[in-house]
Amino acid sequence: MSDTLLDVENLWVRFPTRNGIFDAVRGISFSLGRERLGIVGESGSGKSMTGRAVLKLIRKPGFVEADKMQMGETDLLTASERDMRAIRGRHAAMIMQDPKFSLNPVMTVEQQMVEALTTHERVSRREARSRALEMLDAVAIREPERVLRLYPHEVSGGMGQRIMIAMMLIPDPEILIADEPTSALDVSVQLQVLEIMDKLVKDRGMGLIFISHDLNLVANFCDRVAVMYAGRIVEVCEAGKLQEAQHPYTRGLLNAVPDLEHPRDRLEVLERDPAWREAPSVSAR
Amino acid sequence: MNMANDNGAIDIRNLRVWFGEGAARNVAVKGMNLAVGAGESFGLVGESGSGKSTVLRAIAGLVESWDGSITVGGESLRQKGRSKAFYKTVQMVFQDPYASLHPRHTVDRVLGETLQLHGFSDIDARITRLLDSVGLGGGFRFRYPHQLSGGQRQRVAIARALAPEPRILLLDEPTSALDVSVQAEILNLLSDLRSEMGLTYLMVSHDLGVVGHMCGQVAVMQQGEIVEELGVAEMRKLQANHPYTKHLLESSLGAIR
Repeated sequence: MSDTLLDVENLWVRFPTRNGIFDAVRGISFSLGRERLGIVGESGSGKSMTGRAVLKLIRKPGFVEADKMQMGETDLLTASERDMRAIRGRHAAMIMQDPKFSLNPVMTVEQQMVEALTTHERVSRREARSRALEMLDAVAIREPERVLRLYPHEVSGGMGQRIMIAMMLIPDPEILIADEPTSALDVSVQLQVLEIMDKLVKDRGMGLIFISHDLNLVANFCDRVAVMYAGRIVEVCEAGKLQEAQHPYTRGLLNAVPDLEHPRDRLEVLERDPAWREAPSVSAR
Repeated sequence: MNMANDNGAIDIRNLRVWFGEGAARNVAVKGMNLAVGAGESFGLVGESGSGKSTVLRAIAGLVESWDGSITVGGESLRQKGRSKAFYKTVQMVFQDPYASLHPRHTVDRVLGETLQLHGFSDIDARITRLLDSVGLGGGFRFRYPHQLSGGQRQRVAIARALAPEPRILLLDEPTSALDVSVQAEILNLLSDLRSEMGLTYLMVSHDLGVVGHMCGQVAVMQQGEIVEELGVAEMRKLQANHPYTKHLLESSLGAIR
């Protein structure tokens, strides 16, 4: 198997509106190996649309255009909806922001975890159950037997998100797309959930696309960071060198965050340069 | 019920707030004491469910099931109802600017209605002034909320809170629904307004960075109780005594590094 899990060239996500076509993502290129790629930007920068486009989850009338979208052996551009259903979950899974909305409220944790597995594999109920237990254990849930019987409303946000991670990892996908996986959680549980996700991704040699508005968080948990602005990638850098980023937009975002240890009288306010929008997209391949 | 002592100080003694009765009774705030001096900026931090927002709601009169005492600007508050003078002294800004503005009212109507309720007559001139003070030009006056960005909406919500010329603003996570770049603008605006008008802030946030930037004094809440109160200087030096505060500080720095 090659080391490039995903290769995307010149990706556009477009929505027809009454005033013509709106381009949410405007021709970006990136690839993903067995690494952690962070995509950061403000709301409306197109980062979530990029994640969804990879799994072809863009709702109609929106549509995706690209020169190339290759996931392993599969050409995503020509894949049918039926093919995509086989790919989603099995090869690439997605974790959304809020477990309150992404877990099925009328199914117990056990029912939905078993379903996640049996959709992609022929396994007995008993085996599915034991793998679900194993997975819950891997995401540091105590008393997994008890948790399996619970409904989503009976678990906390942090636990819900860990259940979500467990459920997504059960079919053993190669790519995990995490769209703001911890934004709905308290700071004190955020770190725990991230560490669990990080460990699992590393142990299994998966590729992770980590979508977030939080630059510092991304710098911490990724290998590479692509910074998006107005549907384009304006800068790509190694996560460890994010503090040395050059683009004024990246710098502006970094300086806008209030920092406990380095207080300032006034926070820096981003002055947006219209040229950023027009500058060609930087490749993250 | 007069506000003779209109100094913008908040004093809370033995506050208990509960929801539900009988077996379903759930005590959200368990006997807390808090003193915020006039002109101070005070932060309440803690995770969801710690009772921090409930404290603000009890002060504002949005929760009626509480006992203990709350004194605002010298006026002792009752469980139910607030005087007109109270609302001239205290205003609240909510977390979600998408939910806190009426979707079918223009900015002009939102502010105009508030000003009218508070008995002002020079409404037209005041709307212009309010929009100026929150950094929105006259061009925004006849827009609907859906024609505004999140940051602009929060500016309108702040303008509405400023309309009765209050002394105290209760800020419930005013920037947690916003992007960091927009958050910076709103926090700068709040700082400016406080120094211009000498306002008192009681701010709830889960973000220690934000509280550290905005507030002089911080109380950490856990499960309905204040576990530690500390000055911002101590917080910056990470000098916390309670294990929960240490945990919070570490996790917020962990996220930064």
